[in-house]
Amino acid sequence: MEFVLITLLNGLSYGLLLFMMSSGLTLIFSMMGVLNFAHASFYMLGAYLAYAISSQFGFWPALVFAPLLVGLAGMLVERYALRQVQKYGHISQLLFTFGLSYVMLELVQLTWGRVAVPYLIPAGLNGALFTLYSTDFPIYKAFMMAVALTMLGSIYLLLTYTRIGLIIQAALTHPDMVEALGHNVPRVFMLVFGGGCALAGLAGVVGGNAFVTEPGMAATVGSIIFVVIVVGGMGSLAGSFFASLLIGILVTYAVALDYSLASLLGKIGLIVTPSTPGFAVLNLTIASSAQILPYVLLILVLIFRPKGLMGKREG
Amino acid sequence: MKKMNNNGQILTWVAYALALALAPLVFYKGASLSILSQMGIMIIFALSYNMLLGQGGMLSFGHAVYAGLGAFFAIHAMNLATDHVITLPVSLIPLVGGCAGMLFGILFGYVTTKKSGTTFAMITLGICELVHSSSLMFPEFFGGEGGITTNRVIGAPFHGLTFGPQIQVYYLIAFWLLICTVAMYACTKTPLGKIMNAVRDNPERAEFIGYNTQRVRYLTLIISAFFAGVAGALSAINYEIVSAENVSLTLSANVLLFTFIGGSGYFFGPVIGAVVGVLLTTVLSGYTQAWQLYLGLFFILSVMYLPGGLASSIMQNLQLLRHRQFAMVWRLQSVVVALAVLALAGFAGLTEMLYHRNFEADSGPAMKLFYLNVDIATAMPWIISGLILLSALAGIHLLKPAMHARRIAAASAIEDAQKKEYA
Repeated sequence: MEFVLITLLNGLSYGLLLFMMSSGLTLIFSMMGVLNFAHASFYMLGAYLAYAISSQFGFWPALVFAPLLVGLAGMLVERYALRQVQKYGHISQLLFTFGLSYVMLELVQLTWGRVAVPYLIPAGLNGALFTLYSTDFPIYKAFMMAVALTMLGSIYLLLTYTRIGLIIQAALTHPDMVEALGHNVPRVFMLVFGGGCALAGLAGVVGGNAFVTEPGMAATVGSIIFVVIVVGGMGSLAGSFFASLLIGILVTYAVALDYSLASLLGKIGLIVTPSTPGFAVLNLTIASSAQILPYVLLILVLIFRPKGLMGKREG
Repeated sequence: MKKMNNNGQILTWVAYALALALAPLVFYKGASLSILSQMGIMIIFALSYNMLLGQGGMLSFGHAVYAGLGAFFAIHAMNLATDHVITLPVSLIPLVGGCAGMLFGILFGYVTTKKSGTTFAMITLGICELVHSSSLMFPEFFGGEGGITTNRVIGAPFHGLTFGPQIQVYYLIAFWLLICTVAMYACTKTPLGKIMNAVRDNPERAEFIGYNTQRVRYLTLIISAFFAGVAGALSAINYEIVSAENVSLTLSANVLLFTFIGGSGYFFGPVIGAVVGVLLTTVLSGYTQAWQLYLGLFFILSVMYLPGGLASSIMQNLQLLRHRQFAMVWRLQSVVVALAVLALAGFAGLTEMLYHRNFEADSGPAMKLFYLNVDIATAMPWIISGLILLSALAGIHLLKPAMHARRIAAASAIEDAQKKEYA
């Protein structure tokens, strides 16, 4: 019971962190049709900026200003590069962001070095929030969840109840009409791109110290968030929310389970030895295959539900 | 574009074969033979990739999967042949790789080709990560972190060929390169090749004339996976080692970068891209540690300003030459190119000094920059490099409208000439 509950909480906090990243990606994709390949790089940039700011002014200013700076960088990228490439089509835009991820990685390494930086959890958020049976649940994980949920709520309110949100939604389906009504659609796109990048930056601020802030951090999550948005359904915010939680919980449980088919067979009296045919597969533990589970899920979803869990359109 | 006549085509192929045969006689110094071998492998790989990207319009981030798995099967076949379990000459090992690649193309392609466009791109990315992670989970077959090694000298020499010396391996690669290039070119002329283009340009219309677009994409991927597998097997012969690196996202990304830089719109684009790409990665990485930054920026700039790749700008200039309009643009064009080289020099100067300052601080502020001794603790080299970069960029910016106007004038002159021809 203890294991089930604490792993569920850990899975939820990881899933919500994934959602912070994938929500920005989904927003950008559904508004502009651009798959931002450099999205995880903006996450990395957020973590490094937060490290730089927090070592000077503390964690709380970093929580506010790092995402804003990342958002600003995103807007500049959209305004001065993506918009130029737009005339060559979406694939070119994708390729551009792909090249951008290379360059951002090099620039981050150039600025902060090739090894991990000591970006630590602030003292006020260190320690245990509560003890479940005998396991401590850290305050910081709860804080991460709170940030993610606050963000989810604010996006929802922003998109449904504010004027700019309504214009964004209208620009999504009828960009020409919105433009004809006198709104500056390119500027709306710039804001959306910057906003999406800022969300990734926010994820970097709270995720960078929960995990490790290193140049490889973009590559570690980069592929997973693409899996999330395909599994959730391209362009569906709710879908990416559920897919994030699903993948977060799935991976967290799998990492903790040290069982293999061989141990299962051992329970019913069949002893597996290295000479048994298929030993490599039988002896594989769930924990060591946790890494590939998101991708297996991706393939299964594509075979049985090609438009994703909550997607509306076929890709 | 005007269709090339038959004689011209044969001449092109003969020249291609001669270039492959004579290359090691011209570039024989130092590591150039191994670089040539690497180029040959990369050309096959990039051409097979371009069947997807250029001819089929499918952007894949997982092409290394087919080459890598082909390489693993090839290296196991070589080890089995060494142990006399099977009898197979080294020269036919690429077929093993090709068949393995094709097999996995049939398997994975069934899932990936259900989609096209952006979703296809992401699924291929997922498959690549899946195979890469799995390869570390099964060390018996994939050799874990260290990979699988082999010895390419198998059995008795065949007419003196042992494939031990690098030159023999180069000619083996060149032989397969020629065969694969001809085969892939022939593919573009088949009905499948034509319908591939149709599916790329307008999938909806292709469906209306009765083709199953998913099936066309699937077949394309299978054929392309075969040639990728051949390239993988050749790399297994060349390096005598295959590891998880061979199925990684890095390799998949490299082939995409090279193909795009070369130009996916032309059949020979990837050939140029592979040659330039291998030069950039192997030669440049020997000179500077900032090579990934240069490669990334080069790629970004070609996406922004040269969307057709190097091949398309070569073809544009060739067309101007053929219609005797080259005189209109060449002076301005050479000035722009010279300014671009100057801008690159300024940028490279700044970058190199920055890298030296941040990563090699131990060796002191003195460094060698383009055969010049500079002291990066002083402001002078930074100011000069910065000025060169800025003034070159400003020059390009000023010349841009004029360049554009000349190009349009030349294009319309060609159009007029063609109209007269038809009239």
